[in-house]
Amino acid sequence: MEIQNSSAALLSNYEVYSLLKELQTGEKAGKKLRKQQKHLATISYETIKYLEKTPCQQQSAEIIEQFRRKLRPFKLTKAEELQLLNHRPTTAVEIQLHIEESEERLTEHEIDSLLSVIATVLPSSDAADEEMEQS
Amino acid sequence: MFILAEMTDVVKVPPWMFHLKLNEAIEQELNKKLANKVVYELGLCIALFDITKLEDSHIFPGDGSSHTKVHFRYVVFRPFVDEIVVGKIKSCSREGVYVSLGFFDDILLSSDSLQHPSRFDETEQLWVWEYFTEDGGSHDLFMDAGEEIRFRVVDETFVDTTPSGPEQQVIEEPINAKEAKKIPYLLTGSISESGLGLLSWWNS
Repeated sequence: MEIQNSSAALLSNYEVYSLLKELQTGEKAGKKLRKQQKHLATISYETIKYLEKTPCQQQSAEIIEQFRRKLRPFKLTKAEELQLLNHRPTTAVEIQLHIEESEERLTEHEIDSLLSVIATVLPSSDAADEEMEQS
Repeated sequence: MFILAEMTDVVKVPPWMFHLKLNEAIEQELNKKLANKVVYELGLCIALFDITKLEDSHIFPGDGSSHTKVHFRYVVFRPFVDEIVVGKIKSCSREGVYVSLGFFDDILLSSDSLQHPSRFDETEQLWVWEYFTEDGGSHDLFMDAGEEIRFRVVDETFVDTTPSGPEQQVIEEPINAKEAKKIPYLLTGSISESGLGLLSWWNS
């Protein structure tokens, strides 16, 4: 076995989550339950359980596209955009964690507008809970 | 947290799987080989993403299986250094705090990378952050097991755990001192920045 490219692309939590969900519920779901696919079943179950608690559960491809478009003026690196997408920070302290040298690169006003972009474009798990209670 | 790795391998499809489409048989074999396994210098393999190229299949004498060279992409768990990850505290010891993500357990926050000042409480076997407020009082913030914790990945260590061959085995006493279990992929983390640590510490 050879590794051609050990880091061909970065994947967002949403992409991994939807791939694993498809594996679980797809047509081949029955075959996966065979003894031979034990490892795949274990890892996909545990990973889905972990990712369900993260913001990626409420995301979709359109939301991610919209998010990236809105982030363009902030000139963040790909890794930083990915972290914001996966964690959905709500405070300035969290922004400082994910973005290097945020105090030098972004003014306080820009940090506030970044937080509001995140809050409006990316749905939060609280909103989903509220919807469930109302219906 | 997850990356896509491009790999090639020769996949053996045994005759009892010839009724399946070749793509499905290869997908099953690759997942059987790699899912939930750590590949040295790559990371923890999760699942097959897709097959990019299939070369011709060959059959070798004495063996009924078909051998096919496959180019494929695999989803691998490998957080980059300085990435922020959220996990659950598994246990505490003098060396530090052990964190688990459910699907991946070998994460250690060493004792000198915890918030300053922290101390290890022997009775509870837990680490405690002694947080001093401005008015001189101090709060003891315990790092209980099962709590969600946010940490920064500081280092990753790969250890090759392939077993040694017969030539290298020396006939020693049958009962050796138990060797430390080698961890193939270990992540070292730190919580010494503001915003890191238990989520409950920073939620307003």
